[in-house]
Amino acid sequence: MTAVFSPLANKRVIATLTEFGQITLLAKEAVSSLLKWRVSWRDLLYQIYFIGIKSQSVVLITGAFTGMVLGAQTYFQFHKVKMDTATLAVVGVSMCSELGPVLTALMVAGRVGAAIAAELGTMRVTEQIDALRALATHPVDYLVLPRLIAAHIALPILTVESIVVGILAGYFVGVSVLGIEPTYLWENMLRYTHQVDVMIGLIKAFTYGGIIALVGCYKGLTCGLGAEGVGRAATEAVVYSSITILIANFFLTLVMGKLVGLL
Amino acid sequence: MIEVRDLHKDFGGHSVLDGVSFRIENGESVAIIGRSGSGKSVLLKHLIGLLQPDAGAVLIDGENIVPMNERQLLRVRRKFGMVFQGAALFDSMTVAENVAFGLRRHEHLTEREIADRVAGVLEMVDLSGTENKKPAELSGGMRKRAGLARAIIYEPQIVLYDEPTTGLDPIVSDSIDQLMVRVRDRLEVTTVVVTHDMRTARRVGQRVLMLHNKMIYASGTPAEIFESTDPVVRQFIDGVADAKECLI
Repeated sequence: MTAVFSPLANKRVIATLTEFGQITLLAKEAVSSLLKWRVSWRDLLYQIYFIGIKSQSVVLITGAFTGMVLGAQTYFQFHKVKMDTATLAVVGVSMCSELGPVLTALMVAGRVGAAIAAELGTMRVTEQIDALRALATHPVDYLVLPRLIAAHIALPILTVESIVVGILAGYFVGVSVLGIEPTYLWENMLRYTHQVDVMIGLIKAFTYGGIIALVGCYKGLTCGLGAEGVGRAATEAVVYSSITILIANFFLTLVMGKLVGLL
Repeated sequence: MIEVRDLHKDFGGHSVLDGVSFRIENGESVAIIGRSGSGKSVLLKHLIGLLQPDAGAVLIDGENIVPMNERQLLRVRRKFGMVFQGAALFDSMTVAENVAFGLRRHEHLTEREIADRVAGVLEMVDLSGTENKKPAELSGGMRKRAGLARAIIYEPQIVLYDEPTTGLDPIVSDSIDQLMVRVRDRLEVTTVVVTHDMRTARRVGQRVLMLHNKMIYASGTPAEIFESTDPVVRQFIDGVADAKECLI
């Protein structure tokens, strides 16, 4: 390995693999804690509120404008070959299986991932994490698990909202702005958007919820000292979770595409 | 009983503790003194398993906690209460919620019973009436008191104090000293105080350990330590800087 990479590249590869391993161990600890249900309902409900309810506006705006742009762009291409009424079908399939889950996850990663890392990071530098441990409370039980479960619950719900709003916005642009015949537009969307597209989107959203919460918690729990450390943890939480979501999206699309093909 | 055997710890190649050993009996009150950066807080965090040593053993009631994982340590930590240097109150919670934290997590009590216990312990630390305040609304001394209330509410066997009077004026420091003595005598707890405040060490400690050059350099009763003629101990107690340090 030393012959292939420069020492700096070696160090980075080792650091990345180490972080990946530590996040995996954090996930393992969280699963073990989940199996014994060491989470309080009060904390869980607050996190669902924080991750789910408070992300509504950003997710709905993203979904609506994505649906509108996608509808308009599709129309501009399809209009050349007289396939105007297939416009919403493309919007439906794209929103359900790709754009809905991915864009929702990226927006939530920006809002929630950074907030989780900053909150836990501040707790770490002010010794509040040590105080938790001294009070015989495992940080994974009290801090990680409620956020992880809440993100797993909130992301699929937010994604469904984004998909619905995106399709309705695409329909609105198609009918009101571009003058497409509404009945065929809607019927074609229903004909070509299948249940499996929605299922793929929900599975992806569930997975991305876990990625956002785990990366945010990991970055917060291991952040460097001082304000600089907290700032860096928040930035890295957003960057790392966004990149991980995009990479995971590719592999999930391939795997689930194969599975759907086999079924 | 706390026993530390040949403890070693370094951070990134910089040795902080190098063969520290001592023993604290049940009910004893010990002050650990030493210069800033000498490793006192690091040593204290080893006693409760917040840090893992590179070598050595920490025995709590005869049980070595060094090989334990985080989950196993939770059981041992229920014997401890710890007051942190900056109080480390949970800033999203009120004083009452902070103080009740340990009770809510580990004991099955009704809200009424919890409220009564919180009121009782806040009265003991002279913080009655602050239940609904947030930590940001408290002064430094009040935060330390709230931290102490949180540490003692579930009646631990051992209370650890990390620089309890640092950053406080002499009058507030004196009240914190009195409070530590009151808690020690009323709850009959083992007390370990890390401090570089000589008055605190003298008032709270029944025995004083001095950490110097990464080891326990001196040990004795407060009278023995404060009357010591050892130049290192004398220099620290008298607060005289080296000629070299005076030039910095």
